[in-house]
Amino acid sequence: MTSQADITAEITAIEADYQRSGVEETQPRRDYPPYRSSILRHPTKDLHHADPETIELWAPCFGHRDVDPLEADLTIQHSGEPIGERMVVTGRVVDGEGRPVRHQLVEIWQANAGGRYIHKRDQHPAPLDPNFTGIGRCLTDADGGYRFQTIKPGPYPWKNHHNAWRPAHIHFSLFGTEFTQRMVTQMYFPGDPLFALDPIYQTVTDAKARERLVATYDHDVTSHEWATGYRWDIVLTGSHRTYMEPQPASTDRDDA
Amino acid sequence: MTLTPTPGQTVGPFFHYALPYDGDRDLVPPSTPGAIALHGTVYDGAGAPIPDALIEIWQAAPDGTVLQQPGSLRRDGWTFTGFGRASTRRDGTYAFSTLVPGPTEDGAAAFFAVTVFARGLTNRLFTRAYVPGDEAALAADRLLASVEEDRRSTLLAVADAYGLRFDIRLQGEDETVFLRFPGH
Ligand SMILES: [Fe+2]
Repeated sequence: MTSQADITAEITAIEADYQRSGVEETQPRRDYPPYRSSILRHPTKDLHHADPETIELWAPCFGHRDVDPLEADLTIQHSGEPIGERMVVTGRVVDGEGRPVRHQLVEIWQANAGGRYIHKRDQHPAPLDPNFTGIGRCLTDADGGYRFQTIKPGPYPWKNHHNAWRPAHIHFSLFGTEFTQRMVTQMYFPGDPLFALDPIYQTVTDAKARERLVATYDHDVTSHEWATGYRWDIVLTGSHRTYMEPQPASTDRDDA
Repeated sequence: MTLTPTPGQTVGPFFHYALPYDGDRDLVPPSTPGAIALHGTVYDGAGAPIPDALIEIWQAAPDGTVLQQPGSLRRDGWTFTGFGRASTRRDGTYAFSTLVPGPTEDGAAAFFAVTVFARGLTNRLFTRAYVPGDEAALAADRLLASVEEDRRSTLLAVADAYGLRFDIRLQGEDETVFLRFPGH
């Protein structure tokens, strides 16, 4: 089985090549061999340029019918309190022009404090927490803000190579005001010693771009004798549709 | 002000307990008059089906209207929202129960906007599944016209006994045409 040293050498060589190229990359590479599962799962042809049309210039609409406000608190989904470091993660979802993405769906999922997912395919021999599922949803507010209360996830091992460990992270799923802005990503925690070793974090070859995936510890979000606080703002791609400020609420919307 | 977008990351292997939800793939109940299956198989570069992909569709109504209706996550059985989500099964297949989208303008070709996520896929992919049948509209479509002729068919759904079949190939000979929008 490939060693961490082999994977790290591959990661280092790709980043050195990238730096020599002088062309800035801001998104992950699709072809990134150190992440072994990507080898047969990346398109080899260039993505085809498309000007978004009609349906692509709109996004699905979610409302209070879809999401219960309690779903934003991952610590109250069972009869008891989950084990681990209680934390709040909050931030804003904006588009490439800095405009808030309002009243839109944010979904998260994560491992528990021991680095174990509820998922049936997770075989990591760390304990499940009967009081923690690790799924949250919310709608952004009128300023694009979101806020989850949860437990800090632990790092976990995976099978990419021998002794492979993922840095602690929370998966985020985001919608914009257009379908072209749809994205799924992962939020990390500052200073994680596993960053340099992780071929998923490193699919983003640019160091500045990688830092955009890392939350900031924010003592103003931390609350007295209760929970630590992290802030993470998310920027979606710019929208193509002419912006209408603010849109008239349709009579059907149940989230007014 | 122009901000640099946050990078995407793979959906990973452990999304199944989080992103799927009851009714996710049923934009309409399968017994609805006019309901079709939009279905297919997702393949990797070795031609193996991918059992841990997630497909989303976003579409107009049969009359071509772009909908802004909440309720996709809590379907009431009556409201057509135009959004659906389906994880692939063990054999790499996915299926939506939906209605055929109409052209959003006179003479336009109708299509489903499709997003693909998978373990091993480092960022989402966009494509379109065009509704077959209206040859004039398809021939006049700007995107289809801009694609090399021998790859165009990867964007066309195929009518079959269940409705419409749309296979997705992430890599290889018949690799699906995936889209890059300006600013991406
Ligand atoms: Fe994960």
